[in-house]
Amino acid sequence: MLEAIILTIITAATPLLLAATGELVVEKSGVLNLGVEGMMVMGAVAGFAVTISTGSPLLGIVGGAIAGMLVSLIFAFVTLTLVANQVASGLALTLFGLGLSGLMGESFVGQPGIKLQSLHVPGLIDLPFVGKILFGQDLLVYLSFAAVFGVSWFLNRTRAGLILRAVGDNHTSAHALGYSVVGVRYLAVIFGGAMAGLGGAYLSVAYTPLWVENMTAGRGWIALALVVFASWIPWRAAIGAYLFGAVTVLQLHTQALGIGFPSQFLAMLPYLATVIVLVAISGNRRATLFNTPSSLGKSFVPDR
Amino acid sequence: MGEGTGDSTGEMLRRVGGDTPLLEVRHVTKRFGSFTANDSVSLKIMPGEIHALLGENGAGKSTLVKIIYGSLQPNSGGVFWKGRPVTVSSPAEARALGVGMVFQHFSLFEAMTVAENIALALPNCRATGELSDTIARVSANYGLPLDPNAHIADLSVGERQRVEIVRCLLQNPELIIMDEPTSVLTPQEADQLFVTLRRLAAEGCAILYISHRLEEVRALCHHATIMRRAKVVAETDPARETVNTLAQLMVGNQITRVVRERGKLGPEAILLKGLTQVSQEAFGVSLKDIDLSVRAGEIVAIAGIAGNGQKELFDALSGEEPLEKEDMVIFAGEAAGLMDINERRLLGAAFVPEERLGHGAVPALKLSENVVLTRHGTGEGIARRGFTRFGKAGRIVETVTSLFDVRKGVLDPEARSLSGGNLQKFVVGREVERTPKILFVAQPTWGVDAGAAAVIRQSLIDLSRKGAAILVISQDLDEIFEIADRIAVISRGHLSKAEDADTLTPEKVGLLMAGGAEKKGAAAA
Repeated sequence: MLEAIILTIITAATPLLLAATGELVVEKSGVLNLGVEGMMVMGAVAGFAVTISTGSPLLGIVGGAIAGMLVSLIFAFVTLTLVANQVASGLALTLFGLGLSGLMGESFVGQPGIKLQSLHVPGLIDLPFVGKILFGQDLLVYLSFAAVFGVSWFLNRTRAGLILRAVGDNHTSAHALGYSVVGVRYLAVIFGGAMAGLGGAYLSVAYTPLWVENMTAGRGWIALALVVFASWIPWRAAIGAYLFGAVTVLQLHTQALGIGFPSQFLAMLPYLATVIVLVAISGNRRATLFNTPSSLGKSFVPDR
Repeated sequence: MGEGTGDSTGEMLRRVGGDTPLLEVRHVTKRFGSFTANDSVSLKIMPGEIHALLGENGAGKSTLVKIIYGSLQPNSGGVFWKGRPVTVSSPAEARALGVGMVFQHFSLFEAMTVAENIALALPNCRATGELSDTIARVSANYGLPLDPNAHIADLSVGERQRVEIVRCLLQNPELIIMDEPTSVLTPQEADQLFVTLRRLAAEGCAILYISHRLEEVRALCHHATIMRRAKVVAETDPARETVNTLAQLMVGNQITRVVRERGKLGPEAILLKGLTQVSQEAFGVSLKDIDLSVRAGEIVAIAGIAGNGQKELFDALSGEEPLEKEDMVIFAGEAAGLMDINERRLLGAAFVPEERLGHGAVPALKLSENVVLTRHGTGEGIARRGFTRFGKAGRIVETVTSLFDVRKGVLDPEARSLSGGNLQKFVVGREVERTPKILFVAQPTWGVDAGAAAVIRQSLIDLSRKGAAILVISQDLDEIFEIADRIAVISRGHLSKAEDADTLTPEKVGLLMAGGAEKKGAAAA
């Protein structure tokens, strides 16, 4: 029973973690992309479409990532090149993604998909209890953890990561030092798009291999909340994703067990937790200042 | 630089010697639309020379510097480095040539450490232990000690400037551009900086020095190029000039000197009694038991290094930050500590905050609308029964414009379209025109050129002699000694006793700024 619950928590947390890690990088560069939901759902429909037309879930996942990137490119062009308002553009991107995915996926509704196979490490998978949890997951689960470590290492240990944080902290200074603020942000937004696309593809290729309209069901918003919840620190995003994932699973289990507990209450828990964390971190302004990208959501226009 | 001196001596001599200018700018012209910022400007800097670039606000200094540093491209004319024509298309290329820049504002990353900030300015460099060691060594070597692992947000303004300078030095520059480096320093810190600059020059590094402070230009610089209205109007050896002749060259005519005669003192108009306020901000300063009284007819100035509680004090005086007890602040006999800003205005008080764009004026609003913002509730009938009388506001704009010589393109432009100096004249003039009984001004002439500064300072003196009590918060000691009758010093939220300006010297005030005020305040508490 416990093993089963943990396994479902992992599958519930993975799409959140993938999307949140991507958005974390985007926000660290100073861009607020509220279109995560839209990019995820496009990743989901593209992932499903590529999988059933090629027969390969792996290609499907790649397709999902590419779809997320393409949609994020629209956002990047509108907000970075045309310097439109980031909040409005992000919201528009979500609505656009939900609509377009519905249109593209119309013919896929009800079709059976192909599920991404889990890895089988011979020998180790037979270990009691931890075997299946640690060594029997699909590729994307491992990828999500690799992404957390990778992003953490990138941001704190590499020069490129230092530049990205600099752009997010003070774009005027970064520009004065000769860094391409817009260029760095383009790359960050595209990375965020790819990660959101992966998260979406995970839903339609690994989690429940089928396509239904709006199948992301608000997970993009949870991913956004997660980034704030994590106060822009990757490993905290991982903890948050699993916490939020657990809440989602709990919600299903309480219903199945017939416990008289309103599921709506559990569904709102992630957001409630985010509000509480926001209150908690704003109490410690010093820590907030050092982790929050100061230029977040501000448009940048270089003077010429 | 900062490495062993043995093998670099030969290079030093080579750099110092020779007749080829290190940097030459020939007939550079830069236009922004129909506006010409630089009109056929030429400039020569020799190796090892401290070269002053002087001019009023808007004379075109910043544009020229940006062209040299690669942030802007000229429309015509050329830049020559050691006699060879070069195209500097980005700051990175300027740095690769050997040009470093110490910025006046906006160039450090607050959330990052000293080492990370410096790594960002060096090519292919990461914030490693090795870099930290180099920073510690070079900074100590030049008398600019720094902790590589400190966060910028925790540093004082003077320390931040050290970071900028050390960052610049680590790029091994042959030319360092310094934009108003002493505007934020105490006299002692400025002297320390001059020692460092002279040493750099002696080692062969040229310095392009931009400053409004003519006295220090005379003492420090070997050569001066003076710009006026986008053109170079003079080149001179500043040591042979007086402050007055330099100022004349900059402005083009005789500057009226500020005249200050003793005023007739009236009753106590501003009284602060045990003003104590715990700061709620992350890097704010708490105000500690501040006592001060200002009488009608006098100007009291509060000196101090930025970030020692000036902002918090101003907010407490203006009512932006409510106080604990209403009798901590008394205006004209009325306890005003719990009043909001408009109630205080009705008592005859007026306020000019430090940050003119965004706080003193709304950038996107017209000047007349900005007049309404601070004067709608002063009983002048600008806003009545929920309606605004813009005609009246417009007439105030006209009066302020002519009294303070505010230069603007159209009749009623948006606040952000005015240059810094002109906007400052407008923001001060808007309050002074009301002839308030009590006036609070923070940094009245910050970043304003000599001519405009004289106009603003004279207006403050005239207003006080008409019977207003004026409290000026400023970092500029020259200004303080020019206008203040009494001077107090703020240091970490403590305020020293206000003393007669005639009994003080800049050196004494400087010592108080560097912490002397604090001990006194702490002992009194």
